[in-house]
Amino acid sequence: MEAFEILLQTSFWVAAIRIASPLIFATMGELICERAGVLNLGIEGIMVAGAFAGWVTVYGGGDLWTGVVVAALVGAAFGLLHATLTVPLGLSQHVVGIGITLFATSLTYFTYRLVLPQVSSPPKIEPFTPLPIPSLSEIPLVGQALFAQTPLTYLAYAVVAVTAWVLYRTPLGLAVRAAGENPSAVEAQGISVAAIRIGAVMVGSALMAIGGAFLTMSAFNSFFFEMVNGRGWIAIALVVFGSWRPGKALLGAVLFAAFDAFQIRLQQISGGIVPYQVFLMMPYILSIAALILVARRATYPKALMVPYQKGER
Amino acid sequence: MSPTPVLRLHNITKRFGSLVANDAISFDVREGEVVALLGENGAGKTTLMNILFGHYVADEGTVEAFGKVLPAGDPNAALAAGIGMVHQHFTLADNMTVLENVALGTQSLWAPRLDRKEASSRIRALAQGFGLVVDPDATIGRLTVGERQRVEILKALYRDARILILDEPTAVLTPGEAEALFRTLKLLVAKGLSILFISHKMHEVTAISDRVLVLRGGKLVGERKTNETDSRAMAALMVGGEIASPKVEAVQRGSVRFALSQVSARPPAGVPLNNLTLELHGGEIAGLAGVSGNGQATLAALMAGTIAPSSGTIAVDGREARSWTPRAALGAGIGRVPEDRHAVGSIGDMTVAENVISERYRTRRFSRFGFLDWTAARRFAEELVRDYDVKCPSPDARIRLLSGGNMQKLILGRALDGDPPVILANQPTRGLDVGAVAYVHSRLLQARKRGAAILLISEDLEEILALSDRVYVMSKGRLSSPSARGERSVSELGELMAGRSEDALHAA
Repeated sequence: MEAFEILLQTSFWVAAIRIASPLIFATMGELICERAGVLNLGIEGIMVAGAFAGWVTVYGGGDLWTGVVVAALVGAAFGLLHATLTVPLGLSQHVVGIGITLFATSLTYFTYRLVLPQVSSPPKIEPFTPLPIPSLSEIPLVGQALFAQTPLTYLAYAVVAVTAWVLYRTPLGLAVRAAGENPSAVEAQGISVAAIRIGAVMVGSALMAIGGAFLTMSAFNSFFFEMVNGRGWIAIALVVFGSWRPGKALLGAVLFAAFDAFQIRLQQISGGIVPYQVFLMMPYILSIAALILVARRATYPKALMVPYQKGER
Repeated sequence: MSPTPVLRLHNITKRFGSLVANDAISFDVREGEVVALLGENGAGKTTLMNILFGHYVADEGTVEAFGKVLPAGDPNAALAAGIGMVHQHFTLADNMTVLENVALGTQSLWAPRLDRKEASSRIRALAQGFGLVVDPDATIGRLTVGERQRVEILKALYRDARILILDEPTAVLTPGEAEALFRTLKLLVAKGLSILFISHKMHEVTAISDRVLVLRGGKLVGERKTNETDSRAMAALMVGGEIASPKVEAVQRGSVRFALSQVSARPPAGVPLNNLTLELHGGEIAGLAGVSGNGQATLAALMAGTIAPSSGTIAVDGREARSWTPRAALGAGIGRVPEDRHAVGSIGDMTVAENVISERYRTRRFSRFGFLDWTAARRFAEELVRDYDVKCPSPDARIRLLSGGNMQKLILGRALDGDPPVILANQPTRGLDVGAVAYVHSRLLQARKRGAAILLISEDLEEILALSDRVYVMSKGRLSSPSARGERSVSELGELMAGRSEDALHAA
């Protein structure tokens, strides 16, 4: 049973966690937006923009962490644009989100061509390198997978912990969750719903952009078109899968990534009898199945996608 | 009573376009006083409150609390000044706990962690001191409506409110819960709080307030000491004239026109019904009382044909229905006034003419060979507008532009057209002003007189008692035995509404 042996390989789990990392950033970002009541369909485009922003900063001579910060700022800027249209103006979150995705993607490709007019194969940068954590990384099987990754993966872990802490243990998190459930509760307690929602969308979008930057700075080492390849849409499904809870969403991201890593290895051992597209489909089919099983009765934030106007009931 | 005014409104004026919602309103509330603000829908009560609380900015005038003028448009200033508000629609997040809802906004947003211990002990202390028992760690979504209201009051007290504003607080409560609320309010006043109580229910105002202010058409039209006036005088002031209470004539009880026997129904969402039997007689109004969410919606949907029974039979005028769909219900002669005139009763962006034929557009009267006869549709709309005294610019106006009362009159006209033998009137007067309520009632009584069987579903017990020949109470999907006019007292009905069994009632 070669297929099952894959599950015992350290390299498989290392790959799974690496594939999960950008999804974790993006999923936490989307989760924060949705918890505040805003569906952010700009995620796919924001990830493209973040991937490019981080990469081009390093390509232009900046150091890696500066690249991450620039990506986050670019994400936050798109978040601000999204929030301005959807929160105070109350426009359709679907339309604005898709618009942001198209706009951010096209703007990124355009900028890429402006910066590198003559290049046919995209230049590589020196990416983040794995940084094994002493002693932790020596635990059999999980040690290498969890603690011999690049610093950006460790940042992803931290983002989950901080998101969970802030949402459930702090007054700010209370306000964010209430804004997504019943914004008039927030208003009645003297907090601005608009400020909470705009802030949440900006922070969430910054995380999405870092998720994009992970691809160029910690995985593929260069920027090319179509590289985000639907990861943003997957993150939206993972938020539902996780019932809007950071811990469960993290589990979902790792599970999806494991399926993805698994199918790549299955392709190699199948010896070309089964068309490789079948394997490519697998994680998506499994995630639809998982959604049907897990998320059918999910309780979504009640004010999700409902614009809030002051004084209206 | 101490004479110090704790809250003073001076010359508040608010305009929306050409509409003057509040016209130079001035009054004050003194310490330890309960002031009732009485007025019909659209009299400007809600606007005034929104100004008080900082949701709206007044065009003119000022709000003063404890001698200091509040900055306009800042809910925080109102909160800080000790004004607490209990909204009609609760401002609670259902997925959070009592503690989280109460603590929301009371600690710095940038604090690294929420101090639950402190919040929990303060909530417990307040809950004990004011008899507002709730578990701080309970999730709001699992609480009853009465408990949720207690949380709203706790929220205000937690912020050291000295002035409590309650907007139609009893609209969603059972009579028992309302009693409990009044006891709490009296306790609060005894401890020195002042209360501004907004309502359109006369008996509550008489029961709780020291002073009554009456609003009509955005103006303050009267101010009375509660013990120096009576309900009639207040009602007249509120409406601007005498309102005749509906005269219920004696009508011969007819045969059974609508019958449910051993009917069970499982709606996709909502309360299921088991083995329900109900007979509606001609010439009779059967009132169905109950707290909303106890199965009335399912029964109404069943009667309207929007859900089919899973077992049991439905018969109209003795004829058993074989399949039960909205069209079958209409065809059998059930006139339907739905609970929500905006969501179900009408299509807002379609015209008056389109809406009034929506139940009958397939008939020969309004279509020929698959083409609609617009002349007939407009003529029908015009007839209804004339017969039901609807204020409406033209049959081609979009129905959403009509006021609630006018929209309801059209829906009623549509339902009563052709003198249906059975009428379902689900919350027919909710949200209407006194004049429109009287009109709807008189039309229902007219239908009763000509021999129709009417089921009146209402959360307003007064309405049920005023009109019904027999009263049923629905609780947890079960129907009580009917009681004839005057047979059960309000408190007995209240007990049944709260879920006590009839046996327990008889034993007591």
